[in-house]
Amino acid sequence: MTDAAITGRVVRIGDDVDTDVMLPGAYLNITDAQELGAHLLETYSDPEVGPRIESGDILVAGRNCGMGSSREHAPMAMIGRGVQAVIAVSFARIFQRNCINLGLLAIEQPEAAAALQDGDTVTIDTAAGSIVWDGGQGSLPPQPPFIQELLARGGIVEWARHRLAERA
Amino acid sequence: MDGPMTLSAKILAAHGVEDLTPGAFALARIDRVMLNDVSGAVSIREFEKMGASSVFDPERVACVVDHFWPAKDARSAALVARLRTFAERQGITDYWEVGATRDAGIEHAILAERGRIMPGDLLVGADSHTCTSGAFGAFATGMGSSDIAAAMALGEVWLKVPEVVEVEFTGSRGEHVTGKDLILAYIGQAGVDGANYAALEFCGEAVDELSLDGRLALCNMAVEAGAKTGMVAADETTLQWLAERVPEAEPVALAADPGAPYDRRASIDLDGMRPMVAAPSSPGNVHSIDELAGTVKIDQVYVGNCSNGTMTDLRQLAEVLRGNQVAPGVRLIVVPATQRIYREALQEGLIEVFLDAGAMMSAPTCGACFGGHTGILAAGEVAVTTTNRNFRGRMGDPESSVYLANAYVAGAAAVAGGLVDPADVLRPEPVR
Repeated sequence: MTDAAITGRVVRIGDDVDTDVMLPGAYLNITDAQELGAHLLETYSDPEVGPRIESGDILVAGRNCGMGSSREHAPMAMIGRGVQAVIAVSFARIFQRNCINLGLLAIEQPEAAAALQDGDTVTIDTAAGSIVWDGGQGSLPPQPPFIQELLARGGIVEWARHRLAERA
Repeated sequence: MDGPMTLSAKILAAHGVEDLTPGAFALARIDRVMLNDVSGAVSIREFEKMGASSVFDPERVACVVDHFWPAKDARSAALVARLRTFAERQGITDYWEVGATRDAGIEHAILAERGRIMPGDLLVGADSHTCTSGAFGAFATGMGSSDIAAAMALGEVWLKVPEVVEVEFTGSRGEHVTGKDLILAYIGQAGVDGANYAALEFCGEAVDELSLDGRLALCNMAVEAGAKTGMVAADETTLQWLAERVPEAEPVALAADPGAPYDRRASIDLDGMRPMVAAPSSPGNVHSIDELAGTVKIDQVYVGNCSNGTMTDLRQLAEVLRGNQVAPGVRLIVVPATQRIYREALQEGLIEVFLDAGAMMSAPTCGACFGGHTGILAAGEVAVTTTNRNFRGRMGDPESSVYLANAYVAGAAAVAGGLVDPADVLRPEPVR
């Protein structure tokens, strides 16, 4: 394990979890991540899931995680609540972009996403490219160089700051 | 690049994307950036964090107040104030706020109406339905607030080159089958992630024959299949529509080359297709009106918004409502997409038809479509809407439900108090 490793408890959500369910539209007048975090997954089909999420947890989703609205408030709410990473069978495009831009780990790893159960402990090591859980392990999908650069800068704010400086 | 090209490839290549292989990463120059009161407030904060002092080109940034407008509470009003102040400081003249700036409207509709999207443009907006503008033969895609902050600062965006999918509609549209039904049929077939990360190019004679309004409805919901964008080639219909509204513009027709190399193809036969309805709680849960007619009793009908708030939609609604009354116990809310559409509907006598039938008129606003305000549903309530999403809790209580349909079907539902074939309302059985 390298210094880049994070470990957390798994909270599972299903397939096609849309960003409306992650953070309902009524709260889009909020811009503070922590305050948004209080409403994370508030209207999810199982009403007990949202309140169970604790700081340090890792969300594990099925297919097409984060479909729908482009609201960055959804990954902001996850960050505000202390979610360390999201592992999914697959991600919807805009949600995945938003996670990358905000520096929230969004890992497409179908095998891990299928195997991980509620309450499992999972360790993600981005430097080693590995993912390890109770009774299983796998490798992280390789990131294209551009995404590596974005992630290394911690997200798009620092990336854009750097790019602006290059131009100046 | 040698050989025939797709419309998407042509546009990306013209904006600095050299490697057009699907999955390749590139920085692309952009023609326009759009933000609204909800996404924009976060964009502005991130823009400042980036250390940016001015937008790349104040004439190419559009700020539109439409989500919580008119402001539903003090916090929403503060978001609007932030956007207004930012536009003023940055010298952004494309600032639209219904009631405060002349003839404003909902973001995607106002950009269209003002000729801010030309064929071949690359547009990014902090709203997932930015793909609506693909109706003009443009590459238009929705992103989050931070992406848009960077786009405003840099005049470029990072892009992953999409797969390009040709979606051909064969046959011809039947009665009461509209652009909305074409896209619902596609989403029903492809599924809600069937086009994830892909660019859709809609074609076929039925698409050529669609009005620009119908094409806007078609492209609006491309994102509901996961697509990065959906587009229609710019042809005579496009040029004519733009010439009537922005005579000073000089748009040029643009289409994919014959024999363009699509990564995938999809085909949908329109012959015999009936009006389509997406049942709760997914835009992919699509059925024909015949399957659902008589099965649902409703509380609210909501017609308009960025998806279907054009004159074409309002005329369809009026056709069904003329001489009819909204059923007892049903609310009908009508939301023209822009003030100019509202005005035209007034001049054409449509608003009187709506009011006579018992409808309530709303100002152009995203309103209840996203569960914001002005038409929120209670637990157990059911709505038929012309909007684009029916996720759990989308329009209010998580135990409310939403059926998505075209304006004929929505209007007929308002009259009948439930889902019915619009033909039943237009041509009632003779009394024997």
